[in-house]
Amino acid sequence: MKVESLILLAVAVFFGIIGVVYWFTSYEDAGFLMLIGATLLGLLPGSYYLWWTYHMKLRPEENPDATIEESAGVIDAFPGSSIWPFILGMGAMFATLTFVFGLWMAPIAGALILSALIGVTVESRRGGAV
Amino acid sequence: MGTPLTWADVGSRRRSFSTSNYLPSPASVIAVTDPSTGPIDPSQSRLRRVLGVRRRWTTALIIGAPLLLAGCNWYPSYGADPGATEQGHNTFKLYSGMMTTGIVVGGLVAVLIIWTVFRYRRRSDEMPRQFHENGLVELIYTVVPVIIVGVLFYFTVVTENGVDATQPVNATTASTGSTAGSPVVDITVTAFQWGWRFDYTGLNVGVVGETTNGPNNHGPQMVVPVGETLQITLVSNDTIHGFYLRDFNFSRYAQPGVINMFDLNVLRTGTFDGQCTQFCGLYHSEMLFSIRAVSPADFETWASAEVAAGHTLQGSGSGAENNPPPNTRTTPASAGTSATPTTPATPKAKASA
Amino acid sequence: MTTTVERPEVITPEELGGPDGHGPDVQHGDAHHGHEGPSGILNWLTSTDHKVIGKSYMITSLVTFFIAGLMAMVIRSQLLDPHTSLVSYQTYNELFTMHGSLMMYLFAGPFAFGGLANYIIPLQVGAPDMAFPRLNALSYWLYLGGVITMLSGFLVAGGAASFGWVSYAPLSEATNSPGAGADLWLMALALTGFSAIFTGVNLVATIFYLRAPGMTMFRLPVFSWNMLVTAILILIAFPVLFAAVVMLFCDRHFGTHIFTVQGGGSPVLWQHLFWFFGHPEVYILALPYFGMVTDILPVFSRKPVFGYKGMVFATMSIAGLSTGVWAHHMFTTGVVLLPFFSLLSYLIAVPTGIKFFNWIGTMWRGQLSFQTPMLFSIGFLLIFLVGGVTGVLLASPPVDFMTHDTYFVVAHFHNVLIGTAVMAGFAGFYFWYPKMFGRMLREGLGKLHFWFLFIGFWVAFMPQYLLGLHGMPRRVASYAPDTGWTTLNVISTLGAYIVGFSFFFFLINLWVSWRKPVPAGSNPWDGHGLEWFTTSPPPHHNYTHLPPIRSERPTWDYNHPEHRSIVHKPKDKASAPSGGGTKEPAGAAS
Repeated sequence: MKVESLILLAVAVFFGIIGVVYWFTSYEDAGFLMLIGATLLGLLPGSYYLWWTYHMKLRPEENPDATIEESAGVIDAFPGSSIWPFILGMGAMFATLTFVFGLWMAPIAGALILSALIGVTVESRRGGAV
Repeated sequence: MGTPLTWADVGSRRRSFSTSNYLPSPASVIAVTDPSTGPIDPSQSRLRRVLGVRRRWTTALIIGAPLLLAGCNWYPSYGADPGATEQGHNTFKLYSGMMTTGIVVGGLVAVLIIWTVFRYRRRSDEMPRQFHENGLVELIYTVVPVIIVGVLFYFTVVTENGVDATQPVNATTASTGSTAGSPVVDITVTAFQWGWRFDYTGLNVGVVGETTNGPNNHGPQMVVPVGETLQITLVSNDTIHGFYLRDFNFSRYAQPGVINMFDLNVLRTGTFDGQCTQFCGLYHSEMLFSIRAVSPADFETWASAEVAAGHTLQGSGSGAENNPPPNTRTTPASAGTSATPTTPATPKAKASA
Repeated sequence: MTTTVERPEVITPEELGGPDGHGPDVQHGDAHHGHEGPSGILNWLTSTDHKVIGKSYMITSLVTFFIAGLMAMVIRSQLLDPHTSLVSYQTYNELFTMHGSLMMYLFAGPFAFGGLANYIIPLQVGAPDMAFPRLNALSYWLYLGGVITMLSGFLVAGGAASFGWVSYAPLSEATNSPGAGADLWLMALALTGFSAIFTGVNLVATIFYLRAPGMTMFRLPVFSWNMLVTAILILIAFPVLFAAVVMLFCDRHFGTHIFTVQGGGSPVLWQHLFWFFGHPEVYILALPYFGMVTDILPVFSRKPVFGYKGMVFATMSIAGLSTGVWAHHMFTTGVVLLPFFSLLSYLIAVPTGIKFFNWIGTMWRGQLSFQTPMLFSIGFLLIFLVGGVTGVLLASPPVDFMTHDTYFVVAHFHNVLIGTAVMAGFAGFYFWYPKMFGRMLREGLGKLHFWFLFIGFWVAFMPQYLLGLHGMPRRVASYAPDTGWTTLNVISTLGAYIVGFSFFFFLINLWVSWRKPVPAGSNPWDGHGLEWFTTSPPPHHNYTHLPPIRSERPTWDYNHPEHRSIVHKPKDKASAPSGGGTKEPAGAAS
């Protein structure tokens, strides 16, 4: 995970430097805060990955000489077909349209979003379609 | 499941078929000699020598050409205006130099691309040498652009300091630029949807005009004297507008809540067209104005005539040329402000530049 | 139905098929899961397969592209004559706003990271799918919701949004732009913004966690690297857009005064917020297309990419610098720190130049063949070169003062955007179409598409540089006859028509390839990346067999072992000789 963590920490370092330079040359609030935000965006996952780099053994995808056998076995669980992303997406669309067209859309949006959240949770726990 | 492949297996086996429908089968491919047994490819050092010579000339050309042209006082215009103000002329010189540099650099790269495409098109099935890096070449084309950019940035800073320099409000003290200490005309430009107002604060003259929709109608006109420093204060009543004149090579935003100040030193007489460039709503395309530069004596005459005609700071009358002819404009459905010019707010006290 | 996926088996040479290179017969070996599942439209609604989602994104974004292109045709037609009345001023303002918004928010980005990257990245890293398949599907539905929301602006009273794709305050405030069209526009941005953010999360997770064994970070194809950097940029930039949109909506409807002067707000704040998103956004749009070209050039030059590490670090430099230059869009406000933004803007030219020279180096001494993807890639190089040079000019505040908000800028950004999103985008599409659909596109029609588009581009946009230098502002619905701008506008419109016409060849090509398919095989271009190892189209969960991965070109190494470039000696020294065409002198290890 070393390269990955260094990429994100480089983001943090770069924006930290640029942010400090920007503040002391311009004293402009909005840009400074956004640059600090970018610094934190790199710092948080980057330091997390860096910690893990020294606490996990080499993964097959980091071993330049890895063979297929080294990573034999289950990779991960990949959810198959699921209607819930569609329902949630449409619920989100109606939620934004509520702001445009009025509160009467809110129950539609709410129903879609709520059912999608419940459905996706149940689907994950059961490992299958609801 | 068979035995796992090791690198030895892959290295020692020759594929005898092609996985491509479009390219010839590798049966005719010539294997590249193993460099561990062969000498250094002589073409590599020849490449370096050729590139080295070409490199030095290239660098010289890129840095030298614009400087040479500038030294000879010849600035190709590349479509731009040489600038009717002192600031605009300096901008034009910078622009011309940068365009020359850009054309030289871009032209070289374009030639390189086109030459490569023609020179290395596929002539045989011979597999090309699979090189993937050349540290020296990569270093060169990292460092040279930094140098070019540094030079451009230097000239940019120098020009920009000149363009944005403003004389102190009391112009008797020395200031930057060749027009240091020249008389100052204070003009407050107010932009509004969709017209302009020019208030000559020291002279009690006000000129206002708005959207025009007739041929050859250029909107309100700001009359100014040549050879004196115009100190413009730019404000807006509603949305953001752009105060732009092509002949001055200059634009600046008029923004609510922001007071922009800048100096203009017009070099010659003439009429210069201007227009709003920052999109401001329905009639943005008709927010025209112009600046007419006259001799200082003619300017005094004009100012007196304006005051006599009642075009003063507090008056709401507009100049004769500013009455828009009857047009087919319909009431805009979604535009907010009305079309009649509003009395502009009294210009705020000018902060020091 | 969730399935657990195991690593594919290793491939042995005996199992490799015959001259058509199909690889092992994947249908029979697939005992892990059946192929039941919904079909037809239910399959489309419920699929979490990145390949289906990627294709959906591509189709939707191409439809958006054509709608926006038609708007451009109307815009150019309006500007044929001074003071034309082809459309009303209000309609014209809506047209250029929606043209820009559709292209920037709903085509160029989603086509790259939602469409092609979604499809190709898991294949390139050797993963069975994206890391979060349902999140991936949600991204698509949010995107489609955004498209519907934005386009529905045309259906409401008052029309669609008409304040430009950048929607500067105070023009976008409720007093100046009342009407539901503007609100729908804002909501569409919220939806597509989250769609992009979720796709960014998915890309980072997939590239970090789901690579195949041996695929170290520095063996990723450059397209994957560019998508990783793009994803991080998305995570930096899009939340800022969302915040700005929420703030503007509150100003419009909830009585806040964030961007209006009365009440203590600041219109310039909108510009800071928007451009902190907006400038990384244009690099979010550009970097994926750079990556596509970097994957295509080596294949059609029969050589590896030149300067791999330089490419990677240049991409990261471009992304980093791009986040620091936002106020070069605000030079004329008079309230930004000019030298800081000018210097950083100039500096972006350096890594971009590095990439250019590496692209040339990739072709140098190669054996170039000019199939359609290669033509489009070379077109990209030439078009983007000019756009990049004019961008360096705009990095200088005085020059920006004379060109800002004129057609010079319009020409510049169309130059770079058409170079990347259109030229390189179609290069990627033509390149990976055989992989995605298992059939070839016709070369003749592809070449016609290229030449009409390439020539039309120059005819359409070079006059616009001159128009800007002659003083024509942008976003003008009409201009006066005595300005002298008519001739250049006519030439530009003619070029626009040629560009529009070129896409008929593309559509016919798609149709012909569908009706009379020519099977592609797994590797019609003799490609380098891992995606060319599997069938066309790939099976469910992408790989049943994987080659050993010892460089950034695993498929090439497998097919041309005597021409591999980067050699990695295994830990036991008793094996392989160092091979390939490296330039080290005799005896040196690589």
